[in-house]
Amino acid sequence: MDSPLLPQGVKRCSTWAFFFWTLPWLALLAWGGLSAFLCLWKGLNQTNMSNVFAFALWIVFDLAVIALGAGAFFTGFLTYIIGKKELKNIINTAVIIGFICYSGAMAMLGIDIGQPIRGWFIFWHANIHSMLVEVSFCITCYLMVLAIEFIPIILENRKLEEIKELRLFGHNLHEIMAVFAATGTFLSFFHQGSLGGMFGVMYARPFAAREGFYIWPWTFFLFVLSAIACGPLFTILCTKLTEFLTRKKLVPDSAIQLLAKISAWLLSLYIVLKIFDYLGWIYGIVPRAGLTFESFFREGPYGMWLVVLEMVFCGILPAIILMVPQGRKNQAWLIFAALLTCTGIVLNRFLFIVVTLAVPVMPFDRFWSYLPTWQEWGIGLAVVGYGFLVFSLAYRYLPVFPKERELNPVPES
Amino acid sequence: MKKENDQGKVDQKYGMVIDLDKCTGCGTCMVACAAENNVSVRPDQSDKERTITWMRLYKITNGKEFPDSEVSYFPRPCMQCDHHPPCVSVCVSTATRLDTHTGIVSQIYTRCIGCRYCQAACPYGVRYFNWWDTYFPKDKGLERYLSPEVSPRMRGVVEKCTFCHHRLMRAKEQAYAEDRREIEEEEYQTACTQACPANAITFGDLNNPEHEVSKLSKHPFAFRLLERLGTEPKVYYLSSRDWVRKLGDNFLPGEYQPVVNKTWANQNWSTKPGRDTFSL
Repeated sequence: MDSPLLPQGVKRCSTWAFFFWTLPWLALLAWGGLSAFLCLWKGLNQTNMSNVFAFALWIVFDLAVIALGAGAFFTGFLTYIIGKKELKNIINTAVIIGFICYSGAMAMLGIDIGQPIRGWFIFWHANIHSMLVEVSFCITCYLMVLAIEFIPIILENRKLEEIKELRLFGHNLHEIMAVFAATGTFLSFFHQGSLGGMFGVMYARPFAAREGFYIWPWTFFLFVLSAIACGPLFTILCTKLTEFLTRKKLVPDSAIQLLAKISAWLLSLYIVLKIFDYLGWIYGIVPRAGLTFESFFREGPYGMWLVVLEMVFCGILPAIILMVPQGRKNQAWLIFAALLTCTGIVLNRFLFIVVTLAVPVMPFDRFWSYLPTWQEWGIGLAVVGYGFLVFSLAYRYLPVFPKERELNPVPES
Repeated sequence: MKKENDQGKVDQKYGMVIDLDKCTGCGTCMVACAAENNVSVRPDQSDKERTITWMRLYKITNGKEFPDSEVSYFPRPCMQCDHHPPCVSVCVSTATRLDTHTGIVSQIYTRCIGCRYCQAACPYGVRYFNWWDTYFPKDKGLERYLSPEVSPRMRGVVEKCTFCHHRLMRAKEQAYAEDRREIEEEEYQTACTQACPANAITFGDLNNPEHEVSKLSKHPFAFRLLERLGTEPKVYYLSSRDWVRKLGDNFLPGEYQPVVNKTWANQNWSTKPGRDTFSL
């Protein structure tokens, strides 16, 4: 039915099969839509957030997807600025994933703030001392850059390419993509860092507070580093999932291996610095606030196992697997390590957001628990549905994987 | 640190001293605060995590069994942190700011976008998000109590205690009308201070040595909540009870130094001479 729109020389499933594939994702979107409507109409009382848990599930999702989407800017930087040509085979995937993550996060933020109509006040009444202002400025600009980077991929659609003007426009955009990659790198570096800074500067919250390195708390650099370590691995994961679902090889191993190797080094460096961060925090910041490391894990479901899980199972273990050439060359180990790393990043963001707020600072204050409502899950999972839908549409109708035809020649009938 | 304005005068730094030995936990301060500042009511006030209580009363105990058990009540308004309040620097839209001339941390409700970053940054939990639309039931007559001097807040913004800032404005206008440049100590008092039946709350200018609050803040029994975090609160607490003072901050074992100097007992600025004989 839609065969004229499909890229030439590649095999795609039938329209009906594709329609049924999109149904669960459309259902997630509908659930999210209903939740968003309720939150906008009735207010954030639809959630289980409270004056204690001012930041909750949505902010965890936000920070997590933004870190996972960092593959876009970092792969762009490696491809266009450093000149790693092999990565041209995966850059489209990275850009689309980045676009999905950033646009999804911004949509979620639109529901998360109490006065969505006043969102533009961030720009109009900007408080230049607030890390969140830097995050907002950079994310907004970077989303525009991602949209610009996505346009030439869309214009490569078979039907759109038939229009000469669009073809020329797309081609010219391709030519100047290095400029956007550089802009995106600059913007992303600062907003990924400022997301870390947002929590590091909360000096009256001993769980989150970190000392300053120059003018930034050191979480600024840890967040950047963790994002560029896990972002490419998430891109690899998405590629592998697509390969598994389509039963095709879509990206040459050279690109995957290069990304995995770079991620391995970055992840190892991050883990070393994160260990120093924990030590500096445990023996410096925490006792100065009159607390001990154990003080934060005494109540509620938040035990020390969270830190062990984050550092050992989702940090050191995948770093070792990826650093060993045999480990990252083995498909199963590579996917396992990438999964662990991405889980670790989500866990790290969770610790920085939910646990930070759950731990009362006042000695006589009590611990409050929090469980998200179905509306919160709805909006969070809608981003997953949106991601699957956009990526599926892109895969079906756009030449996302430049080597797909070469790696999977269609037998002539 | 005292700051001087353009005329070479020292700026005011309004603060509060709450005597925990006098506080009976009656809750009048909470009621007065809510009524004075048009704090919206809710049909179901049992949702403690979402109630709006600018002045909140904590019940604290020494954790011992009867007959050694003791209870104290701990009123908690906004601490009006000084110099670098945790909430001010994080606000995205400059909706909250520290007035360096008065020391009051104010909130512009119509500028707040409801991102709640200030709530996350405040360790005292003094900031409240409006989870619900404002509700002043007409059939109960509550709308008649609405003060025209304080704007009711809309859903989706963060609000907080402002030391009844509108009362300062009123006092200033009165002083200007009477051709005075200064306002007297009694002319600007917060609603909770006035309402407290036990006179446990003292309010005034911490920078003015003539003000009672300034003297009390130097009392050896005075302490501030979570002082070591460096937020420099302008709310001081007084207590002769060691365990109460100990609960004012987090102390590692062996860190807390009891107040053992007894020379102030007979001095005239001591609020309750002789009470330091309480066994430590």
